[in-house]
Amino acid sequence: MGPIRPLFIISLTLCIIFATSPTRLFAEETIPTLFDPKVTTLDNGLQVVVLEDHRAPVVTHMVWYKVGAADEKPLKSGIAHFLEHLMFKGTKTLQPGEFSEIVAENGGQENAFTSQDYTAYFQNVSVDKLPLFMEMEADRMTNLVLTDDIVAPELKVVLEERSQRTDNNPAALFGEQFDAAQFLAHPYGTPVIGWRHEIENLTTEDALDWYKTYYAPNNAILVVAGDVNAEEVFELAEQYYGPIPAREIPKRERVQEPPQLAKRVIEMSDKRVRQPSWRQSYLAPSARSEDQENVRALEVLSQILGGGVTSRLYNDLVVEKKIATNAGAYYQSGSYDKSTFVLYGSPTPDHSLEDIETAVQATIEDIVKNGVTEKELTRAKKKLLADAIYARDSIRGAANILGSSLASGETIENIVNWPMHISKVTAAEIQVAAKALFDERQSVVGRLLPEPAKS
Amino acid sequence: MFHVHRPITAALTIVFLLLFSLPARAVEVTEVTSPGGIKAWLVEEPSIPIVSMNVAWRGGASLDPADKAGLAYLVSSTMDEGAGELDSKAFQERLSDLAIQLGFDASKDSFSGSLKTLSENTDEAFRLFGTAITDPRFDEEPVERIRGQILSSLDRKLSDPDSLAGRAWFELAFGDHPYAQPSEGKMDTMAAITREDLAAFARTRIGRDNMLIGVVGDITAEELGPLLDKTFSDLPAKAEIAAIPQTAPLSEAAVKIIPQDIPQSVVVFGGQGVKRDDPDYYAAYVLNYILGGGSFQSRLTEEIREKRGLVYSVYSYLYPMKAAGLQMGGFGTSNSSVKEALDLVEAELLRIRENGVTEEELAAAKTYLNGSFPLSLSSNDRIADILVAMQFSNLPIDYLNDRPNLINAVTQDDIKRVAQKLLDPDRLIVVVAGKPENLEEKGKGAEKN
Repeated sequence: MGPIRPLFIISLTLCIIFATSPTRLFAEETIPTLFDPKVTTLDNGLQVVVLEDHRAPVVTHMVWYKVGAADEKPLKSGIAHFLEHLMFKGTKTLQPGEFSEIVAENGGQENAFTSQDYTAYFQNVSVDKLPLFMEMEADRMTNLVLTDDIVAPELKVVLEERSQRTDNNPAALFGEQFDAAQFLAHPYGTPVIGWRHEIENLTTEDALDWYKTYYAPNNAILVVAGDVNAEEVFELAEQYYGPIPAREIPKRERVQEPPQLAKRVIEMSDKRVRQPSWRQSYLAPSARSEDQENVRALEVLSQILGGGVTSRLYNDLVVEKKIATNAGAYYQSGSYDKSTFVLYGSPTPDHSLEDIETAVQATIEDIVKNGVTEKELTRAKKKLLADAIYARDSIRGAANILGSSLASGETIENIVNWPMHISKVTAAEIQVAAKALFDERQSVVGRLLPEPAKS
Repeated sequence: MFHVHRPITAALTIVFLLLFSLPARAVEVTEVTSPGGIKAWLVEEPSIPIVSMNVAWRGGASLDPADKAGLAYLVSSTMDEGAGELDSKAFQERLSDLAIQLGFDASKDSFSGSLKTLSENTDEAFRLFGTAITDPRFDEEPVERIRGQILSSLDRKLSDPDSLAGRAWFELAFGDHPYAQPSEGKMDTMAAITREDLAAFARTRIGRDNMLIGVVGDITAEELGPLLDKTFSDLPAKAEIAAIPQTAPLSEAAVKIIPQDIPQSVVVFGGQGVKRDDPDYYAAYVLNYILGGGSFQSRLTEEIREKRGLVYSVYSYLYPMKAAGLQMGGFGTSNSSVKEALDLVEAELLRIRENGVTEEELAAAKTYLNGSFPLSLSSNDRIADILVAMQFSNLPIDYLNDRPNLINAVTQDDIKRVAQKLLDPDRLIVVVAGKPENLEEKGKGAEKN
């Protein structure tokens, strides 16, 4: 699976799908759109997105709620994710566990996931079962039933999940601390799964409050991808989801960052860490609200700097200077609010974290001062445009890209025209974007180290 | 993306590829024979302008000499680092400039390669793949660079509880047999491999007679034939592949604890399973689904997660290898509840052995296993995997049509008979990485290494 992943880039919080999205370098006018979705909105506000793909007689049915961990209130971290678990616990007409039982009995696969910006539920299933799953998903949009005896064991499950993902893993623990340092005030500094001491105190009432506040058709996006006809899906959506009344949803207003005026350096030593690693993250614009051209330029920059073994950082640090075993960069453009652009590296045994930091800074300075080359630009665009074609191979992947981008506030137009926007990025735009991005005061340096040897 | 419900384990995915069931709409698999006599299985899919190819060679990391364990893995990691006239950098830039995805991998029983390209670059992509396998350079710079990355990763694994538990399990179960050694090798064996070893591997282990090819995408049989010759005809006609001695996992109960200062213990358990060609394979497959193979719909999940909240994930899977068959499982739970969860696993094994499964459970399992199969045909990549897996298991080309019948034929009696063979709590091999409370080491697990 390609180069070895850096230690603490297990991105537990934000969805990076869009940044690594997919395409082909044709003359501009022939650049295909990313996908060709059909879209409508029901009277109750439910947005419906359909992607037709007739290669196999299957369908992916997803409901995305435009609410995630970053919408949680103080003291209630983890409630978005906890409710996601509890959505499998029954409704007025379905017993706890019956939902999953019916999915399996019909040869379906299902799951759900939560990010800072959204919560999504899906089934992959033979296309003739679509009406059944629409009926069931619509049912739990409005008829969830929760009782303390059902909720209690699930809270233990979530605590075990936190142990498995985070507490057992020093790199994941460090990642939480790192995010907390990056965001002085914004809730992206709180982990999606929640802080343990807050998860422990979540109640049935908290879960129901959350559900009643945010789960409504006008706060959701239905994505159906597969062997379907869009008009038929719209009719089915009207039939099953149409009768659910809209509800007033609180305005999505989150605490915004104050000016970040001080570079932060955080360091953690742990006896379970065997190899030191380094990263630096910069506050970065997200695709929703800020200048699109700037965002696309940064997406291309992240490909040039850190996309694979021909990238600048890998080539400079790993191949040429031989000071790092691995190095790269990534940019999470798909978040609702301001995001991060991250550079990382792990030193070879003969080198230090300082060596990595110095070399990365030199690379950044070079780009800010001299920009990127036409060759780099061409290669990066080619790769990103090819990715857009490759993305069409996976029905589920395509549904994920559409759902997550829309739920994070992107417009359909920006999503489908992504390849064309990428193809228009110039070296000059990248240099301007880099200058604005690499402001040390808005950055955090993270150093994860083994425990010092006992003397 | 933050997947926070039930995870799909890598192990499960691997096994699933060998087990697929039936498509509602037949996938048309064609056997293509090139003018030079090279065979490949092909599914044409012109709707997206991409081509995917997977290739496997029989004989994998288990054939690595014990003092050079990790050889196949190091070959797989360096074979794309320069070939023919192109050095590492030039080769990678060529791939990058054409957005071609090319890579290799090694497992216990096979060495494999994968290729994905926009169809406009198909010829060049196949040419690069062919050069990599027939004329790899293994230059010193990339070999040492990649070896350094692997050593760093092997070092990290020494404090990774999942890796520690998994490796210890295979060592305990297989003793001196090659299946005991990890495919990625160990730090000292990885350091001992020479560039000549890599070159010898490429010359001798990758032949035309142990090769299995699956191609899916925007390419016709007529186009593929000549490409196969160009790509593969320079390989030796015969590979030098030693046979792995047939074996079985340790057949007595054992519990081993690897002390780790972590809040949640990682538990791996398992024992005798079935090989892919075992007549009881399908019964074992259905049985495993009911025990712990279905995400939410399994007995282990019901008892250990749903009723008691002891784990986030508990699962079981079949691991059929060429020279042994395993029934495996695992979970993570707080140190204080390891004993309770393990007791529950054993109780479920015993319950299935004594009472079998209900007619409802059996029917539901069949519906799921057959009904969910088309889901695995929803991307070209997955289909290419399946084409190679079918050939690897010596299944007929029309196997996909027959599979539902094989699953539907499984009876309650079959399940009971297989459960007697496989799910024996008195022969369960358990490895725990963590600080489990009230748990004693047992049998061979208590012996010092």
